[in-house]
Amino acid sequence: MNTGPEPGSGPLQDRRSRSYYGRPVIAAPVWTWEVPVYLFAGGLAGASAGLAFASEVGGHDVLARRAWGVAGVAITACPPLLVSDLGRPERFLNMMRVFKVTSPMSVGSWLLAAAGTATGAAAASRLLAPRRGGSLASALERIGSPAAPAAAVLGMPLATYTGVLLANTAVPVWHEARRELPFLFAAGAAASAGAAATAITPAAHAGPARRLALGAAIAEMAIDRAMRRRLGPLAATYESGPPARWHRAAVTLLTAGAATLAASGRRAGPASARAGRLRNPRRAAAPGGRPLAVAGAALTLGGALATRFAVFRAGFASAEDPAQTVAPQRARAAAA
Amino acid sequence: MSEPAASAGQPRVGFFTDTSLCIGCKACEVACKEWNGVPDDPLGFAESSYDHGDGLGPNRWRHVAFVEQEPMFDHEGLRWLMASDVCKHCTHAACLDVCPTGALFRTELGTVVVQEDVCNGCGYCVPACPFGVLSRREEDGRVWKCTLCYDRTSAGMEPACAKACPTDSIQYGELEVLRVRAAERVEQLRERGESSARLYGEDPGDGVGGFGAFFLLLDDPEVYGLPPDPVATTRDLPGMWGAAAAAAGALAAGIAAALLTGPKPR
Repeated sequence: MNTGPEPGSGPLQDRRSRSYYGRPVIAAPVWTWEVPVYLFAGGLAGASAGLAFASEVGGHDVLARRAWGVAGVAITACPPLLVSDLGRPERFLNMMRVFKVTSPMSVGSWLLAAAGTATGAAAASRLLAPRRGGSLASALERIGSPAAPAAAVLGMPLATYTGVLLANTAVPVWHEARRELPFLFAAGAAASAGAAATAITPAAHAGPARRLALGAAIAEMAIDRAMRRRLGPLAATYESGPPARWHRAAVTLLTAGAATLAASGRRAGPASARAGRLRNPRRAAAPGGRPLAVAGAALTLGGALATRFAVFRAGFASAEDPAQTVAPQRARAAAA
Repeated sequence: MSEPAASAGQPRVGFFTDTSLCIGCKACEVACKEWNGVPDDPLGFAESSYDHGDGLGPNRWRHVAFVEQEPMFDHEGLRWLMASDVCKHCTHAACLDVCPTGALFRTELGTVVVQEDVCNGCGYCVPACPFGVLSRREEDGRVWKCTLCYDRTSAGMEPACAKACPTDSIQYGELEVLRVRAAERVEQLRERGESSARLYGEDPGDGVGGFGAFFLLLDDPEVYGLPPDPVATTRDLPGMWGAAAAAAGALAAGIAAALLTGPKPR
């Protein structure tokens, strides 16, 4: 799509040339690897909190405890990732100076602060209270009853606001995907939360997590297709260079992950019915079912992470190509 | 969306950069660096043109572009277009909208300025700006850009670049006055046969609500590396928040479905 002159063509521009020496019109982001990892971790934390609370309500206590554990670990990783990406990490508290609805990063900072507090309290309450006695345990339990639903409710937007964070920029491949990005990240969050819980939950209790991971992995691939169809010529950024490699990896991993999870589900299916009547469900899982589930979960988690990197890197490729900025603006002006 | 100071009782000020008068001397770049203490940046001529910079950046707040066009027909000679680019101080400034710390603010003069003691280098304004004006200075992790010489303009003086410009290609003043002057200038040039003269960024109805620093150009904006129809994407924010809310709802529904479709726990 580059309309600049061929390299080495000298200073003279063809009068029809529609760019300034092929240089970018907008600035590429300065964000580094921490940001796509945060997109993944925040989604994992938010969807895991939702899965944990819903499992509690539905009486799936074994699954709920594991999902709270995942949510607690994932949410703990988020603030350090974001702080280390700042140009001035020691000033991270300046994020709390103001609240601006026009800044998805401001909204996200407050959301992460609230969701982090609630998720941390809920996870501590659910995981630590049963193991301790006395006043600490009862205090933790008292905290848990409001914290758990709060973490679940806040976790949902925590998993999706990041789509707006990227879309509210001049980067064409992000802004023009503004309708799909929140859904893409929601599906990735659900796939990773389901997969992480599947990996660490005995097969007999992992059914809902496995179904969530499987369904969301398929949804993620479908939304990705819809997004690239909407992007039209801008989707070329997903077809070459680093974003293409991440994108191919994402599709491969998600496909393999979904297939493996489906296979492990078929093995675990009859086993879980038996396990309902046995005392130790761990031992009751069908042979091969559990390693398959762990492998499927790992592939799905990798796919969700690779999708975030593909979207992230596509933004850089899009920003660096002046034609991606100019052509849609010209088309818009011509249509008006 | 951000609005320029309207109630402060002060007229909004800005730049009118008339590129038809630019001789490419780069006095604006030098004056800006000297007055604002902007650090040196590596010297090297880009694309074998007389442009020795890499566009606007944290260490260059005025940048002179050299467009050297080859003859289109035999009777036409080489055409040089020179243009001193600068922060546009947009009416609807995307950088200001997305800044999560409030480091970017609208001054009483209607200009957009970064408070360097507040900026924590989050970098959100960098891809948000539709002109690629903002970027982070490597050495100190913060973003820096044209302040329209806030220290000078708030004391009633003109910015260093306008003061130094020997041809009055860079004109500073009240925006309303500059717009009238620019309309007259473009008319004058067209009468002389310069049919390609056009104003860029003077229209308050454009995607950023008009520029506080607008231009007279002699070719399409993209030829100078400028976007033809810039937009502050914050205008689409209500729809984007709507999409995020709908996606959050879909996520909750997906989790509920995964729990409800299976067998009941013991």
